[in-house]
Amino acid sequence: MLRQLFFVISIAVVALANSQRKLSLDFPTPLLGNTSPGSVWPQPESHVSTAETFPVAVESFMFTYASKSNKCDLVYEAFKRYGAIIINSAGDQKLRFRPLTTPMLTGLEVNLMAPCEDYPSLDMDESYALDINSMAVATLTAKSVWGILRGMESFSQLLWESDSGQIVANKTNIIDKPRYAHRGILLDTSRHYQPVNVILENIDGMAYNKINVFHWHIVDDQSFPYVSSVYPDLSAKGAYNPITHIYTIEDVAEVIEYARLRGIRVVPEFDTPGHSTSMGKGQPGLLTECYTGSSPNGNYGPINPTVNTTYTFIQNLFTEVKSSFKDAYIHLGGDEVSFSCWQSNPAINNWMKSHNMTGDYKKLEQVYIQQVLDISAAIGYSYIVWQEVVDNGVKVKADTVVEVWINNHPDNELAKVTALGYRALLAAPWYLDYISTGEDWKRYYSYEPSNFNGTAEQKKLLIGGEACLWGEYVDGSNVTPRLWPRASAVAERLWSPETVNDVDAATPRLHQHRCRMVQRGIPAEPLHPGYCKHEWRN
Amino acid sequence: MGCRDFFAVCLLLVGAVHATGKLGYPAPLLGETSPGSVWPQPHTVTASPQLYTIDIQAFRFEYLQTSQRCHVADEAFKRYQLLISRSGIKAKFHDKYSTSVISVLPVMITGPCEDMPSLDMKEGYILDVGSNPLLNASSVWGVLRGLETFSQMIWEDPSGQAVANKTHIIDEPRYAHRGLLLDTARHFLPVNVILENLEAMAYNKFNVFHWHIVDAQSFPYVSTVYPNLHLKGSYSSLNLVYTPEMIAQVIEFARLRGIRVVPEFDTPGHTYSWGLGQPGLLTTCYTGGKPNGDVGPINPTVNSSYTFIKNLFTEVRGQFKDKYIHLGGDEVPFDCWKSNPNITTWMAAHNMSGDYAKLEQVYIQQVIDITGAIGFSYIVWQEVIDNGVKAKDDTVVEVWINNHPEVEMAKVTALGYRTILAAPWYLEELTVGEDWKKYYSYEPTNFNGTAQQKALVIGGEACLWGEYVDATNISPRLWPRASAVAERLWSPETVNDVDAATPRLHQHRCRMVQRGIPAEPLHPSYCVFDWMNRK
Repeated sequence: MLRQLFFVISIAVVALANSQRKLSLDFPTPLLGNTSPGSVWPQPESHVSTAETFPVAVESFMFTYASKSNKCDLVYEAFKRYGAIIINSAGDQKLRFRPLTTPMLTGLEVNLMAPCEDYPSLDMDESYALDINSMAVATLTAKSVWGILRGMESFSQLLWESDSGQIVANKTNIIDKPRYAHRGILLDTSRHYQPVNVILENIDGMAYNKINVFHWHIVDDQSFPYVSSVYPDLSAKGAYNPITHIYTIEDVAEVIEYARLRGIRVVPEFDTPGHSTSMGKGQPGLLTECYTGSSPNGNYGPINPTVNTTYTFIQNLFTEVKSSFKDAYIHLGGDEVSFSCWQSNPAINNWMKSHNMTGDYKKLEQVYIQQVLDISAAIGYSYIVWQEVVDNGVKVKADTVVEVWINNHPDNELAKVTALGYRALLAAPWYLDYISTGEDWKRYYSYEPSNFNGTAEQKKLLIGGEACLWGEYVDGSNVTPRLWPRASAVAERLWSPETVNDVDAATPRLHQHRCRMVQRGIPAEPLHPGYCKHEWRN
Repeated sequence: MGCRDFFAVCLLLVGAVHATGKLGYPAPLLGETSPGSVWPQPHTVTASPQLYTIDIQAFRFEYLQTSQRCHVADEAFKRYQLLISRSGIKAKFHDKYSTSVISVLPVMITGPCEDMPSLDMKEGYILDVGSNPLLNASSVWGVLRGLETFSQMIWEDPSGQAVANKTHIIDEPRYAHRGLLLDTARHFLPVNVILENLEAMAYNKFNVFHWHIVDAQSFPYVSTVYPNLHLKGSYSSLNLVYTPEMIAQVIEFARLRGIRVVPEFDTPGHTYSWGLGQPGLLTTCYTGGKPNGDVGPINPTVNSSYTFIKNLFTEVRGQFKDKYIHLGGDEVPFDCWKSNPNITTWMAAHNMSGDYAKLEQVYIQQVIDITGAIGFSYIVWQEVIDNGVKAKDDTVVEVWINNHPEVEMAKVTALGYRTILAAPWYLEELTVGEDWKKYYSYEPTNFNGTAQQKALVIGGEACLWGEYVDATNISPRLWPRASAVAERLWSPETVNDVDAATPRLHQHRCRMVQRGIPAEPLHPSYCVFDWMNRK
């Protein structure tokens, strides 16, 4: 049997197929079925495999612990999930073709070399090592449960369906770890409510792509679906519908638990002082009254930063949020704060005068942000803010994480933010709500986050990135195919080494991965003309 | 709440909310923005605030004594009874409007029953909702359109009752051909996805499914005469093909909804997949005096090409019941023909050396002759005319190139051809935001031409080419964007105000969602029944 490197062969075959047909075709070459069977997305740091394959005993496949392994509920739950995925990967043909002569791969032995952990965190260790060789049982070793989760995902992707319908795996050795610690997806449940089952479906999609943060932009101007037990009027008056379009405490707990089991953090965003119109509906006095001339004009602006009731409200609300959302981080927003309403309000101007900041609305914003940061920190929260907070010259705490979203030379912004010593997240190139005709994933894939002017130390302050799907034009009817596989391009950029950046090499793997998601029940949209061996049936 | 009384009033209120614009963010579309409104808007609606309770649980349609009784209408009665009973209204039935409960809609068909929808079908109807409700039409197709309208008029009043306003509607379409193109060659679309979209087409009064069934990438059509076409040309001959039974199912499903199925077999270009199962059909391309392994368009210089086309189209004609076939004819590259010495020799022998547009014409005219002899009428893409090919007078020309389509419309109609407009409505082209407004605002008759020329515009088509859509995403990408085109093609020219249309379109989008079509949102919003919301 051939022992050459499998991935070299497969890429060469695809390239050959392309070049054979490209000569004449005045139309894009379709992606036909299994374009890169057994490939892993995002690509591991080191993946060595050979053409030798082992049939997999799909129906009787066993996950076991190595003798010295720690045993955790979280790993046990993953055994169940991936057992089901492996059974389903066999498609329609799982009961046929049971070879009895060749050595079968009958199980995966897991060796967790560290104690159990309950919640994923920014500091979690996601590295793992995976080996499939002539032994009947493959092995997966990691220093944390999170590494085990990532390794099981990779293992499940190594299995593929041969032409005869047999599920097989190549002889493989993988040593893997992520490039960035924070690999997020933002979903916005305010512009449109996203049903809980849709959120869960996309958390599955995140796990299949080794995304580890669900940035939950849970409220905004348009609606306030978060049910607060301290301030029930917020959703009662601020949700689109206070019965059907809300997230109860139980819903939030369900999302967090579902994500936790998949090693995904849930970071809620409560964006203030702007983007808060819906908050004002259930909390009179919270927002600034806008004036025309000397009388209120009926409109409301950002949160009123000059009254103590504001800070009491924030403290009570965030204390509740802290106990429902388990993550160490909250996203405080802080983007797009409009000053015009503050400028119009005489009480605010008086307050500013008495605090020696007449006319300096950035200073007023800073007063607000700093108090909110203090409150958040006192509650025990670490925090992320959008870039404007820093752009506006607000002095934030040294441990603040700054998220860069404005797509006008984000490289300059990263240079600036990291020069100030802040940790940074990059979102600007990955606003997936900006749709266009064709294969935009290539643009997302090709953006290199560390391409900014800065020292090695500055580059280290870049802790990751996020793909953002703002909710203006997506809801349960279309959010999932719009997100996948476009977000997969970002997932590989954030997980795989910087050198894994060839769009042409990625194409057959991404098509394979998209088809894998479809087979697993995620309606990931097509990249390009072609088909999957197992197409979506609704 | 104030909006619930009367939808004309409601429109004004919603308009007012939009106009304030002081929010600093787009005002969301909240739930029922235009309850009981009809999409596409009927020709004439006279509505009053007076409400009639609709007994949605026991609702039925009955023929008037003197009416024709038609199978297509019988089937529609069943569908719409079900749709009305499942309208999502809790329907606490109490006698609030006891003197004005409607539990039967009498139906009158004055003309003879017809079995197959056609370009000439009559889709007009008169609908009265009031103390003497009646749906009156001269054909069964008008009944179908009227039933759809009636089903859209039912809404839930604040007490939870299903009601409809007292209304008199006189309606008929502006254009006879209101089509939707789906492409099953770049990606295969499972039959259930096609049926789902035929259902949505009926909800939008589309009446033509333009089935771009094969193309360069794949040949999923199962021909019994030439089985190698799908065996070698489809993505997978096991499961990514359309068998005769599946095609019959699609046609029957469409027929019952008054939707024609017009297949497109695009030649002589766009045929790479055909060549895989029919050796010798395509032109062999040459480099330096030798075949280079590539193939080009269908070879127009050999008789075997025409025998093949005749046999294939005869089979197609027997299967697809519509009078029309779409012959394609777009994007024919000449370079492969130019490279081939046999073709060059043939052209010299026929006194057309170097005139490849002439060669194309030879091909197209033969195909048109074959098609006509089989009994098909035909539609072609605009290039056939642009390239100077002389097509027959009764050819329908579809304008698709979005570079001054109004100039093309003027040209094609000046030549006396009937025309279908598709250019402004290529739904696979994506931009951020509310592109439906662009589709909605395009006026098809805005071109220089006489009244006679304008009368040659028989309709239009929304096209969703298949490069980037398959079963995972096609329905939300199509709806409600195609609905904008549906209203443009059905409603009077004067119904063209985007702001007035917005609350109605949101309502219609929510109605489609409630009926099981995953139509995507227009704008920040919610529907009373949002997609996949289990609450």
